Amino acid sequence: MLAGMTTNVVFGLLRLAIISAAVTAANGEIADYDIAATNTYVWIGQGLLGFVLLWGNNELAERVRSGDVVVDLYRPWHLQGALLAQDVGRGGFAFMTRLAPPMVFGMLLFPFQFPDNPVRWPLFLLSAVIALVISFGVRFLVEISAFWLLDNRGVYGFWNVTSGLLCGLTVPISFFPEWARDTLWMTPFPALLQAPIDVFLGHGSTAKLLLYQLFWAAVVLATGHLALQRAVRKVVVQGG
Amino acid sequence: MADVIYPKLIAAKLRSQMVYRASFAVDFVSQVMAQSYELIVILVLFSQINALGGFTKNEVLLMYAFAGAAFGVADLFAGQLDNLPTYIRTGTFDVLLMRPLGTLPQIMVSDIRLRRVGRITGALAVMAYALSHVAIDWTPAKIVLTILTPMAGAVIYSAVWVVACSICFWIVEGREFANAVTYGSNAFTSYPINVYSAPLRWVMAFIVPGAFVAYYPSLALLGKEDPLGLPGWVGWTSPLVAALAATVAGLVWRFAVRHYRGTGS
Repeated sequence: MLAGMTTNVVFGLLRLAIISAAVTAANGEIADYDIAATNTYVWIGQGLLGFVLLWGNNELAERVRSGDVVVDLYRPWHLQGALLAQDVGRGGFAFMTRLAPPMVFGMLLFPFQFPDNPVRWPLFLLSAVIALVISFGVRFLVEISAFWLLDNRGVYGFWNVTSGLLCGLTVPISFFPEWARDTLWMTPFPALLQAPIDVFLGHGSTAKLLLYQLFWAAVVLATGHLALQRAVRKVVVQGG
Repeated sequence: MADVIYPKLIAAKLRSQMVYRASFAVDFVSQVMAQSYELIVILVLFSQINALGGFTKNEVLLMYAFAGAAFGVADLFAGQLDNLPTYIRTGTFDVLLMRPLGTLPQIMVSDIRLRRVGRITGALAVMAYALSHVAIDWTPAKIVLTILTPMAGAVIYSAVWVVACSICFWIVEGREFANAVTYGSNAFTSYPINVYSAPLRWVMAFIVPGAFVAYYPSLALLGKEDPLGLPGWVGWTSPLVAALAATVAGLVWRFAVRHYRGTGS
């Protein structure tokens, strides 16, 4: 865990340095990000990364490939719901171990933009939890693609490579050219990281951001549910 | 004997990967995309600004390309070291020790993944673009420097990889820590080092000699003064730094292997 934290902090410092240099070069502000907002953005992002678990372990896909998923399917539960419950539980622990430490680190060592209104704290928490649910939903879709592909490592790798940019982890979405920004906000990806950060920083309308997140949470969970229903029909149990 | 075995081992590994052509193609493309990640970040940042740390877009792209090509080559040969914790934990490292070959070269040729050439290809394309779009007073010496820089950089990164992974002999689950240094230094060296704060710069540019991968050679090529005040000839010293780094890495590896204890069977 200490090693994980070191990696997290090192990459946080690197991203912070580069974005801060860009902000300085632009006379102190790019798209509502000054130095304090940049710092806040980077450390919340580094924390949310582990809390929403942007990059999963592809375990379910491995179970599909090996056939162990049959055991999961014949249990008297709704597989997606059960895994979601597990993931929310994991999030509870990750809140203490992954989300809070980088945020505290940023608050103590760098200029930090605290919310203008204390109500932003619970709203941020709410937004982060919805982000976790959406992140679970997207990972679930990536994993159950293995029912059709058998080997989903291509899809999984693709998600791991692109998600950092699509979700606003590496550069704030508002730094993108307008067409890219508008396109990205039409996808669920900014809901995973950029939306909670925007709620915390007070960028954009908070109510709109939360509604946007709720909408995508419903869409990805429903898609996952329907996809699983179809996938189960394809499962063939061999041997006995 | 070793001279005959290594080419054979490498050739066997390469052949085995060409068997699944579609899978190879997908892997190759995803590696090109992985390399484009930082490129997109640079382009997005430069859509908002004209200069980063006093360097223009194409100058930063040159540094990024040098760093990317060097990292790609290092990843090809030294990336396998990421499997070291597995070798140590499962005891397969014993097998390597029993063979009459060096442990480090054995690991390096154990799993050469050709798809990683995708990274190098992406970086070389950007390098060609950047070199043709920045102002350089070409001399024969600068041509040699351009060719030597990615090679020296690859040796430096590989040395970093070896040293960072050696920690796994003491902390078996040290891989994530090692990755902070290896992948971290790739991200670090893609940008002019004067944008970083002093402590970060000291660690990542001079203790881990990341500044010699792309930054100083680029300054020498561009004929620019170092904003941090080091003299111009520093840009020509990367091969020496690489040799030094490789020596240190070799010594650290030997020291580390001596501390290896099998986990039993």
